[in-house]
Amino acid sequence: MDVKVKILRYNPEVVDESEWKTYSVSLQPTDRVLDALHKIKWEQDGTLTFRRSCAHGVCGSDAMRINGRNRLACKTLIKDLNPEKEITVEPIKGLPVLKDLVVDMEPFFDAYRSVMPFLVTSGHEPTRERIQSQADRDRFDDTTKCILCAACTTSCPVFWSDGQYFGPQAIVGAHRFIFDSRDEGTEQRLEILNDKEGVWRCRTTFNCTEACPRGIEVTKAIQEVKRALIFRRV
Amino acid sequence: MTTPEIAQPRSSTRAVSLKGGGRNRSGQTNFELYSWLFMRLSGLALVVLVLGHLFVNLMLGGGITALDFGFVAGKWANPLWQVWDLLMLWLAMLHGTNGLRTITNDYAEKDQTRFWLKALLITASIVIVVLGTLVIFTFDPCLDPSSTLSVCSK
Repeated sequence: MDVKVKILRYNPEVVDESEWKTYSVSLQPTDRVLDALHKIKWEQDGTLTFRRSCAHGVCGSDAMRINGRNRLACKTLIKDLNPEKEITVEPIKGLPVLKDLVVDMEPFFDAYRSVMPFLVTSGHEPTRERIQSQADRDRFDDTTKCILCAACTTSCPVFWSDGQYFGPQAIVGAHRFIFDSRDEGTEQRLEILNDKEGVWRCRTTFNCTEACPRGIEVTKAIQEVKRALIFRRV
Repeated sequence: MTTPEIAQPRSSTRAVSLKGGGRNRSGQTNFELYSWLFMRLSGLALVVLVLGHLFVNLMLGGGITALDFGFVAGKWANPLWQVWDLLMLWLAMLHGTNGLRTITNDYAEKDQTRFWLKALLITASIVIVVLGTLVIFTFDPCLDPSSTLSVCSK
């Protein structure tokens, strides 16, 4: 069937303004939005620029705003989008657009780096693995699923208006270690998120939870960090 | 062709903390934590205070028709209602002020705009809280000697 795909194009080397362009593509209902983008790039307009890598929902490269919602192009089927109507595709919001659907992810990764997303320990390293009970592992299981696609952070209205806010993803990244029984950097991470641009800027709008292609309960994770800060107990 | 200027993210707090690897946290306070907590607790208290206030003023006794200077004076002769109204005034004002401060932080993009909006907000709140507190403790329905209220004719 023929599907109309409307893409927000931007090429600063040609025009300063971004503009909508509509393409007509022949697709199967079971094709994905990524297949539509491929068809457009390969068969109609080679200048269309977007990121994708694994194309199977794991690498987190192709988060974009599809029909007004942040999703992974490689996980969104055409039949789930009402293909009778135009399908709109835009870059994710709140990060500087470089070209077409490609945004500068550096501010996003900066926020992630600043919460120290790595295991912090002291003392001698054990000769074998660091042992953890199943219950302790389950405590942070949800936030280990993050693939850093930025769908949550760029769906957050606070992040749109204030790029200094750490954003949902950085808090998810911190949550993964704060609630890990093997980690000893909890206090530091909590202090970082106690910042005026930290967890207290969250307005609990649940946009992040809705946007997450991995189904992480992002808002819940943020609330758990808030609770840990208030009661000083993990 | 040049690439367009991309506006720098506005405050420098995170840039500073990033350079210190997130470890240079001097000057960090718990202000945002307490303000967040205050909003939740004062909100709960206000539900009780405001609904109680409405119930006592509008449902009990003569209802809305009985409300006049005399009614207010009678209520404020009782320390319970003085404390009740004082709490309601302070909590509502602080709750509202903090809410508007939050909204200003969320939506005002320029530092200048934010500063002046907050200055206006804080000034207005201080004036209202001080004036309101003063009225609760010094209220006199018969301040005007020619008052025709029944409480004043005794």
